[in-house]
Amino acid sequence: MTPLLDVRKLVTEFPVGHGRTLRAVDEVSFQLGRGEVLGLVGESGSGKSVTGFSIMGLVDGPGRVSSGQIMFDGMDLTQANPEARRSLRGRRIAMVFQDPMMTLNPVLRIGTQLTETLHAHLQIGHNEAHARARDALALVGIPSPEERLDAYPHQFSGGMRQRVAIAIALLHQPDLIIADEPTTALDVTIQAQIIAEFQRLTEERGTSVIWITHDLAIASGLADRIAVMYGGRIVEMGQTDDVLSAPRHPYTRGLIRSVPSQNSRGTRLAQIPGVTPNLANMPKGCAFRTRCARADAACESRPGRFGGPQAFHRCFHPHEETA
Amino acid sequence: MITTIIRRGIQAMFVIFAMTLIVFLGVNVIGNPVDILVNPDLNQAERLRVVERLGLDQPLWQQYLTFLKGLTQGDFGTSFVYGRPALDVILDRLPATLELALLAMVIALVIGLPLGLYAGLYPNRISSRVIMTGSILGFSLPTFWVGLMFILLFAVELGWLPSNGRGSTVEFLGARWSFLTADGLQHMILPALNLALFKTSLILRLTRAGVQEVVAQDYVKFARAKGLRENRVILVHILKNLMIPVVTIIGLEFGSLIAFSVVTESIFGWPGTGKLIIDSINLLDRPVVVAYLMMMVVLFVTLNFIIDISYTLLDPRVRLDGKG
Amino acid sequence: MNANVPILPDASALAESGRLRTGLARFFAAPLAALGAIVLLAVVLVAILAPVLSPQNPYDLMQLDIMDSRLPPGSSSFNGVPYHLGTDGQGRDILSGIMYGLRTSLLVGLVSAVAAALMGTTVGLMAAYVGGRTEGFLMRLVDLQLSFPTILMALMVLAFLGNGVTNVILAIIIAEWATYARTSRGTALVEREKEYIEAARCLRIPAHRILLRHLLPNCLAPIIVIATMQVARAIGLEATLSFLGLGASVTQPSLGMLISNGYQYLLSGLYWISFYPGIALLITIVAINLVGDRLRDVLNPRSTR
Repeated sequence: MTPLLDVRKLVTEFPVGHGRTLRAVDEVSFQLGRGEVLGLVGESGSGKSVTGFSIMGLVDGPGRVSSGQIMFDGMDLTQANPEARRSLRGRRIAMVFQDPMMTLNPVLRIGTQLTETLHAHLQIGHNEAHARARDALALVGIPSPEERLDAYPHQFSGGMRQRVAIAIALLHQPDLIIADEPTTALDVTIQAQIIAEFQRLTEERGTSVIWITHDLAIASGLADRIAVMYGGRIVEMGQTDDVLSAPRHPYTRGLIRSVPSQNSRGTRLAQIPGVTPNLANMPKGCAFRTRCARADAACESRPGRFGGPQAFHRCFHPHEETA
Repeated sequence: MITTIIRRGIQAMFVIFAMTLIVFLGVNVIGNPVDILVNPDLNQAERLRVVERLGLDQPLWQQYLTFLKGLTQGDFGTSFVYGRPALDVILDRLPATLELALLAMVIALVIGLPLGLYAGLYPNRISSRVIMTGSILGFSLPTFWVGLMFILLFAVELGWLPSNGRGSTVEFLGARWSFLTADGLQHMILPALNLALFKTSLILRLTRAGVQEVVAQDYVKFARAKGLRENRVILVHILKNLMIPVVTIIGLEFGSLIAFSVVTESIFGWPGTGKLIIDSINLLDRPVVVAYLMMMVVLFVTLNFIIDISYTLLDPRVRLDGKG
Repeated sequence: MNANVPILPDASALAESGRLRTGLARFFAAPLAALGAIVLLAVVLVAILAPVLSPQNPYDLMQLDIMDSRLPPGSSSFNGVPYHLGTDGQGRDILSGIMYGLRTSLLVGLVSAVAAALMGTTVGLMAAYVGGRTEGFLMRLVDLQLSFPTILMALMVLAFLGNGVTNVILAIIIAEWATYARTSRGTALVEREKEYIEAARCLRIPAHRILLRHLLPNCLAPIIVIATMQVARAIGLEATLSFLGLGASVTQPSLGMLISNGYQYLLSGLYWISFYPGIALLITIVAINLVGDRLRDVLNPRSTR
């Protein structure tokens, strides 16, 4: 069976003037099966969000997808016309954004923001749209949804707003939801609630999810597979348990070691030396080599994929032992 | 919300009251009303009689009270030039100014808003740059000179449009209007364009700035992520957020259009209040000047009041803050 | 120089030759602004040297010949003096009229902008320094005044005082001071909260010294920018008021008055009497605005880096 989503050598670039471009996403390839949850992990600036927006077809101009393919259910999105892409957005591929305080339009009622999403893809009457919007709010656990339809976003708390955003994403029962750090801006307790709710709703429907996060702990609790991004590339991908227990790439290993856990109490947390390199002047070859203890002359050429399409790493000197 | 309205209302009343004081002092202390109000050919006895009749022999505070009392009854005195109550003279001329200012505002909106929207949505296109450069010109060109050039080009050289007066008018709702006749509309085009020039640039630039701010917001991206059609994203999600500043500007600038109509009306011989006030200042027709100034004060204070209130109605965030 | 390093703002910073030079270099880096500055300089020179440069003294009635009235551009008088831009209704050479008219216009613009800046900045700084009720009252006044259009304020003043150049200048000052007051207060408020002002107060440095030596220099940049733009606005406003017959005297016409004089001939197609003074007005205003625009970019501390 073909995977739901098959991203092949995706490159997204932003022009920076003088004919030069900045590669935010650099030959990223991965597959996503139906009902599968992929955790896309990386630091800010690693290209994980731009990957998400590239799939949505919403890269901020003047940036654009300059090469590669995004096969969605057998259709290449990079070749699709704008109207075809629009009709996919919100209907078959939905997205939840990072900051719930910013994603809802402040001057439109919640009900409007739900029903317009329905009207964008369906020929339905006002009453039916209203009823479906109300049900959607109820589904994500918003109390007295009928009254809340008339409310404005500022009358909701951050957690409630994110529930509304999730309700909007679920309206058309999409095949794929791209969740771009949807809990980062929330309090920890709310965070856990939202994650649990989100997990339940997508599991029930068999929705595929790309969960973009910088938080390895969240990804490990949610995802079937994990892809680690660094400098615009996926440096390691595999089953969540495999990646966590036996990370091959030094960067992944560094990430795992910098997460505090109970058995590491009292010991000093390991940290990755140096800072994330600027996309404008990436080191040649392996982007991580300037921060890597294992780097040598070989790393000055670009590491290819070691492993299969489902589990691989890009390192000339991978760790063999378990973490 | 109600308390906000009441508080604003009281403030507005206070401002109007303060302005009556300023206008009264301006007319009666800075200028000597006897010199202006009394015919210099009269002899001493006649002079005194007029002074007494006008109450100018009374102490200043008493004169002020009389002035205030007149105001509350809409009595600004009798125009020296027209021999009729000053307020009536102004009210006769008001429809001409109102229709001119309204048409100018419509022109400014119809041109400025779409162009600003376009320049804001596609800032890198050459056409957008041309639009923005043009708007700088709209700011720099002296309005009255552009008016003269309009006359020279469209009336004298090309002979397309009339350049003086209101043309034919018809009576409607108890006043005479030009915009209801073809001839009147023709007469309105040049002055209205002239009056609209500056406001068009203003609305255009404000709209563009607003668009650029709004399109960068997450909620616009989210609206696209929901699969909304581009029309809806622009016309509802972007435009509705723009309406708050734009409505404020329309409100504020409508008053200023009426104020600036003094220039346009003088150029195009448009018999509205603007031409009237200039003529009255030059002819020292003080009652009309005072009536006009007070009318403008009331107009501006009222406009500001209405804008405050509509803010509350347009922006749900402000609306609820007012309640709480 | 790192912006985060707290340094005592230096009153003579602008005068420092090094910074002045880089400032000038930055200013002239923009070709449009450089062009504006050059044009403006030329305009000012023409105005100053009008008695030397102009073919005719337009104020000297003896030099005017009514026989030469309303001649088109390119004509010349009977004794061969060319009228490059034609003559007006009294036989006045338009070019000479423009040169002399520029003097009045520039003078009115400069005097009123500087006076309004002095008055507004004083009020703004005082308000910021004193604070409390006084500040609240003054700023309410400023808000109120700014809610009325300039032309209305000017009309009101002229209606009280009567016509004339001096009264026009007064009217412009009264109409424009509030802008400076709002800006200087805004900048001073930010400055007021900084530690060095606190320190100066603790050291019992007299108030006028704090105001003049510490608050004022920091508000200078925005004030200079506004004042530059305001000169252009004042010139335009003066021209408008003169056009309406409320401004300059007929014997010493400003550009607005010249344009107004040509108004009556416009319908007979004698365009030059209004057209050329208008072009002169336009060039002056645009040149000043270009300079002001660039000054804003150069003087804005946020744009230095």
